[in-house]
Amino acid sequence: MIVLEDVQKRFPDGTVAVGGLSLTAPDGRITVLVGPSGCGKTTSLRMINRMIEPTGGSITVNGQDVAAMNPNELRRGMGYVIQHAGLFPHRSVIDNVATVPVLLGTKKSVARRQAMELLERVGLEPALAQRYPNQLSGGQQQRVGVARALAADPPVMLMDEPFSAVDPVVREQLQDEFLRLQSELGKTIVFVTHDIDEAIKLGDQVAVLRVGGTLAQVASPADLLADPVDDFVADFLGKDRGYRGLGFQATPQLPLREEVTVPIGSSKEQALRLAAGQRWILALDDQRRPLGWVEPEHLRDEVVPTMLHRGGTVASTEGSLRNALDAALSSPSRRGVIVDAAGRFVGTVVAAEVLSAVEVARADS
Amino acid sequence: MNLVWTWLSEPSHYLGSDGILARSWQHLGYMVLTLLIAATVAIPLGLWIGHTGRGRIVVVNAVNGMRSLPTLGLLFIAVLLMGPRIPGDLAFLAPSIFVLVVLAVPPILAGTYSGVDEVDPAARDAARGMGMTSWQVLFGVELPGALPLIFSGLRSAALQVVATATIAATVSIGGLGRFLIDGLAVRDYGQMAGGALLVGVLALLLDGAFSLVQRLSVSPGLSAPEASSRNNQDSTATITT
Repeated sequence: MIVLEDVQKRFPDGTVAVGGLSLTAPDGRITVLVGPSGCGKTTSLRMINRMIEPTGGSITVNGQDVAAMNPNELRRGMGYVIQHAGLFPHRSVIDNVATVPVLLGTKKSVARRQAMELLERVGLEPALAQRYPNQLSGGQQQRVGVARALAADPPVMLMDEPFSAVDPVVREQLQDEFLRLQSELGKTIVFVTHDIDEAIKLGDQVAVLRVGGTLAQVASPADLLADPVDDFVADFLGKDRGYRGLGFQATPQLPLREEVTVPIGSSKEQALRLAAGQRWILALDDQRRPLGWVEPEHLRDEVVPTMLHRGGTVASTEGSLRNALDAALSSPSRRGVIVDAAGRFVGTVVAAEVLSAVEVARADS
Repeated sequence: MNLVWTWLSEPSHYLGSDGILARSWQHLGYMVLTLLIAATVAIPLGLWIGHTGRGRIVVVNAVNGMRSLPTLGLLFIAVLLMGPRIPGDLAFLAPSIFVLVVLAVPPILAGTYSGVDEVDPAARDAARGMGMTSWQVLFGVELPGALPLIFSGLRSAALQVVATATIAATVSIGGLGRFLIDGLAVRDYGQMAGGALLVGVLALLLDGAFSLVQRLSVSPGLSAPEASSRNNQDSTATITT
């Protein structure tokens, strides 16, 4: 557990970066610090591993005051991931990952073997191990950065905008894999970002900071969206808070409808017969996974992938109400496709039914 | 060309205490000594400036000042001031080496501190954040990262020294410069041009040797800037100063 108590940082020129921040980062959870630029989020993070020395207050990690610890030993016990990865260009990928274990006295051969396992864990090909950082893409470099921070298996990870320098598609991949990794590892993580969507997605708890380095609100993402404490937090969270909040509500038992389905590759006649006058029917593959909606009237001969309408999103029974509602709203037939955990089609829902489920869930809570 | 070839192809010119082999050997000796001294001064100083960021403006200005010193003038002053205080042959050798060191320090120093300076700030930040000590950051991250530019500086210095070492002959010590001075005295242009050619050959051999060492010691992860020989003065041009 990391506890910040009334932590302050005033720079010699008089600017106050952090003006009395109190915050607890619980064990095994992701605590996200988020706020506009100048809110002291990075400064706060860097005070935890003493890259910046606070000018007031105290920081303890598992009850130990960090100010009393040797800074280098403190840092070797915490993973540190930064925006541009900061890999050592002269060292191969594998030696980058093995850095901290070697510093701590692990034999190089042992450290390298562990590094290979870590590379696999963060989703990198073993073939990349002997490459140098300048031969990797930004996303790959960031994965190596995460592997390097995990190498000594530290209980605490400090992450400073680790995914902001990569393009949105890669960022989303990295975020998903980061969550998967965390569900396996259960580290105590403090994560800094300026992106509220990233904060909402990744955080178990989200601390919104104001310019000047004070805490505006700390809450779970769902509570934050449901009940921002003031206008600043509400503005910072942005629009569509009600809708985004549905992302944190699990899908209850929805009244699923039967749907006319057609196997891909069927003939136009077959499709028309199945449809029996319905405008849209759902095409499935041989595993009963939904592929897309099709209008039998407009078919030329067979149900082929190019004839499918692909605009509809697919929601899982395991997913959130937001996914279910979006599936209904985005579907050309206005019926949202629901699949089970294995991706097999189980039925459809219409928006009105999802909305009444929302109301029921709200009344229950 | 004919004169040069006649002079170079005469076997007797190669042997003896004032032959081509002995002179080349002497020349190389001055250079190695000069570069050793210059590197011993410039590399640690450059690392310190790059690592701490201190003393930068002072050193940049001093380095630029040193670059503008006229070598020949400096040599005569050094001989006049130092010569009487030093016994024997050293009276001429020491001032010559001193002047060459003054010439060799600036490129090595500039290469070293800009090399450290150019290390990715994110890599340095990550190194500190992972718990490396200041020394570990210096020798584990900054020095290896600076090596390409340090080699650039060394190669640049080596070429300047190999050319300028010829002027040591004007204060009556050895090296390939003797062929230039002696040749001029007796109007033996074959000897002069031959000497100049030998200096050029020596410079090329030396640069080749450095490039080999550089290839072996610099990490392939750092694409070494193909620098040194191009941004240098042409070696034969310097001989005429």
